[in-house]
Amino acid sequence: MKKYIKQVYSYFDIRFKLTDITQFAKKKKVPEHKYSIWYYFGGICLFLFFIQVITGILLLLYYKPSVEAAYESIQFIMGQVKFGWLIRSVHSWSANILIGVIFIHMFSTFFLKAYRPPRELTWVSGFFLLLVFLAFGFSGYLLPWNELSFFATRVGTDIAGTIPLIGKFIKTFILGGADVSGATLSRFFWLHVAILPLFTTIILVVHIILVQILGMSKPLGLPETQVKEVPFFPNFVLKDSLGWMLILALVGVLCVFFPWEVGQKADIFGVTPLGIKPEWYFIFMFNTLKIVPSHVLFLEGEILCVFGFMVGGLLFMLVPFLDRNATRERKSPFFTLAGLIILLYIIIMTALTYLLPNI
Amino acid sequence: MKKNYLHCLTLIAILLSPLALYPQTNSCIKCHGEMEEKLLAPVEAFKQDIHQKFGLNCSDCHGGNPTEEDIDLAKDKTFKGSPQRKQIPELCSSCHSNSNYMRGFNPNLRVDQSVLYWTSRHGQLLKKGDTKAAVCTDCHGTHGILASTYPKSRTFPWNIPQTCSRCHSDKDYMKDYKISTSQWDDYKESVHAHALFEKKDLSAPVCNDCHGNHGAVPPEVTSIAFVCRQCHPSTGELFSQSPHKKVYDEMGISECEACHGNHKILPPSDEMLGTGEEAVCIQCHEPDSKPYEIASRIKQKLNEFTEKIDYADSLLDRADRQGVEVSEARFELREADTLLILVRNLIHSFNLSEIVKKIEEGEQVLSEVREAGEASLKEAKFRKTGLIIATCFIFLLATALFLKIRQISKKTQA
Repeated sequence: MKKYIKQVYSYFDIRFKLTDITQFAKKKKVPEHKYSIWYYFGGICLFLFFIQVITGILLLLYYKPSVEAAYESIQFIMGQVKFGWLIRSVHSWSANILIGVIFIHMFSTFFLKAYRPPRELTWVSGFFLLLVFLAFGFSGYLLPWNELSFFATRVGTDIAGTIPLIGKFIKTFILGGADVSGATLSRFFWLHVAILPLFTTIILVVHIILVQILGMSKPLGLPETQVKEVPFFPNFVLKDSLGWMLILALVGVLCVFFPWEVGQKADIFGVTPLGIKPEWYFIFMFNTLKIVPSHVLFLEGEILCVFGFMVGGLLFMLVPFLDRNATRERKSPFFTLAGLIILLYIIIMTALTYLLPNI
Repeated sequence: MKKNYLHCLTLIAILLSPLALYPQTNSCIKCHGEMEEKLLAPVEAFKQDIHQKFGLNCSDCHGGNPTEEDIDLAKDKTFKGSPQRKQIPELCSSCHSNSNYMRGFNPNLRVDQSVLYWTSRHGQLLKKGDTKAAVCTDCHGTHGILASTYPKSRTFPWNIPQTCSRCHSDKDYMKDYKISTSQWDDYKESVHAHALFEKKDLSAPVCNDCHGNHGAVPPEVTSIAFVCRQCHPSTGELFSQSPHKKVYDEMGISECEACHGNHKILPPSDEMLGTGEEAVCIQCHEPDSKPYEIASRIKQKLNEFTEKIDYADSLLDRADRQGVEVSEARFELREADTLLILVRNLIHSFNLSEIVKKIEEGEQVLSEVREAGEASLKEAKFRKTGLIIATCFIFLLATALFLKIRQISKKTQA
């Protein structure tokens, strides 16, 4: 048996240079210190992404992207297809956990200043991945074509329409018309299963290559005595796998006890339900829009808010190029404080919706 | 010369013609507008009046010459003043019964109100000289008359009960007539009032739907059922085929009213059936009589059916709470609910075999729903079992990984 495996390995080694890869993996070292636990969140993001791909492909077997059949196909998957409820619930729960873990991964990287040179492009590619996964969440949310998803999409695209100059064009392009309709569903499906996976693959490959080539960043200010190097394989990989197992167990529990609901079929002529809101990862922006006054000086509040988030996002993406202290391997308390404020703002503005739903 | 004269006159007429467009003085409005309270009220009210919107003014009803500023000239020989109550039907019908005249305003408007009125109890009393009887203005108002299709109108469906009760609920006003004054209070508790006032269902019956509009009379015993059948034809048809019909007609018992009442028609409940305390059957049927047994049997079958529906519903609720998709089963359960409505309607036939047949149809549907519900609960249990096994497996794997990691860490440290 061993001889057979060796023959197969040799066959692929000659063609794929597997020895070079295994040698690289054997030599690769990862720093271990009191903050190492934050390193594992990147791997968890990757694991959840794989789950999304697999469950998404399985759902494609039965999902029908049309107004007449989308909701019914979801009902069919949840009620009639063997383990359909599990696949769909895993897909929905993993999506939400994935975005949460992306935020944790992003902020842990931020506070550990892991964007310092030479890892600026790792940060930038990671930021693009965040945007792509938010787009995944936004486009995927409409696909069940239920009441919540229909009206949440309408609210979200109305906000996109307020971007100065290009807003109307973007809104019409996204919706495939003036309002959320069958054309929007087709378009979102196209985005969700074709365009966004393509972008994700490209950016993710770049991101992982950069991480592998450049290795893990060591936090600023940690004395060398507190940092030791451990082999990537098998030490880091085994710990990563342990994290993956725990996440898998969590997803399983959530799917059995809180299966994702089918909801009520969307009625395009219906009235917007009271208290309609987007998914939790957009809530902090949604609540900001609610509290900003309708006019600030001569500017419309909504436009100012959207513009503010766009500029804020751009600045966040450019942090590696703005944080000169970190570049010089010095502590940068200003950026740490700014990051803390942003994080607290996101948490509070998100929590408010659930703690005070009538506001 | 004559030609020049004619041209001159024409020119003057053309030059003065704009004056025709200038609003002519309405001295009635002008004078009454300067008065207080009672004499000012018509001016204020008339602003909303439908007659005013169609271009009529005070003189069309009261006579006189509103173009004259002087009060004596205004109150010329055509002036009628405030008509007496007994004159009002004639005054109103002078226009409203003239189909040629009314066609110019609204070809769809009926012109038989006066004819009907004189057949009504109100008309008959007025003919005998009783001026307390209702006349046109008591229901429609005097100067602020609104179209019946306008929600604020006194004759808009949801305002009609209050319009009628202004007299009919006044004990002092009605004391000479020896009829009940509790109709409005009773009606307010009825299922029809609930539909009208809470659900805003304008098809719910109000006073005029049963008693008539302008020809209002209390419906005769034999005609009450015809009144109810306007909206409840199927129930009426079933009753006509039942053994009760002949007996009720012979005994002069009003069909629907005997069990459901008249003004205070409460939402029907299953408790009205059978031999219980609230049952209407025991009003007539003695214990141990055949009808008594039939009533009891029908109630028993109905109870069993509703209990089975509740059980199926609870099964689906439990499965739903545990996260199993049951929308298809719920849809099937609605068929059972529809059959329950049909059974409750079929009760008016008092035909035990037909009722049982319908119930059996429903029970067939329910057995399928029950099967689906039980399968869903089984599925929920299967999921939890699967989760326990999967979680145990994952934790075993995680434990193995943890031990391996510890072993490697110890090796590395060594």
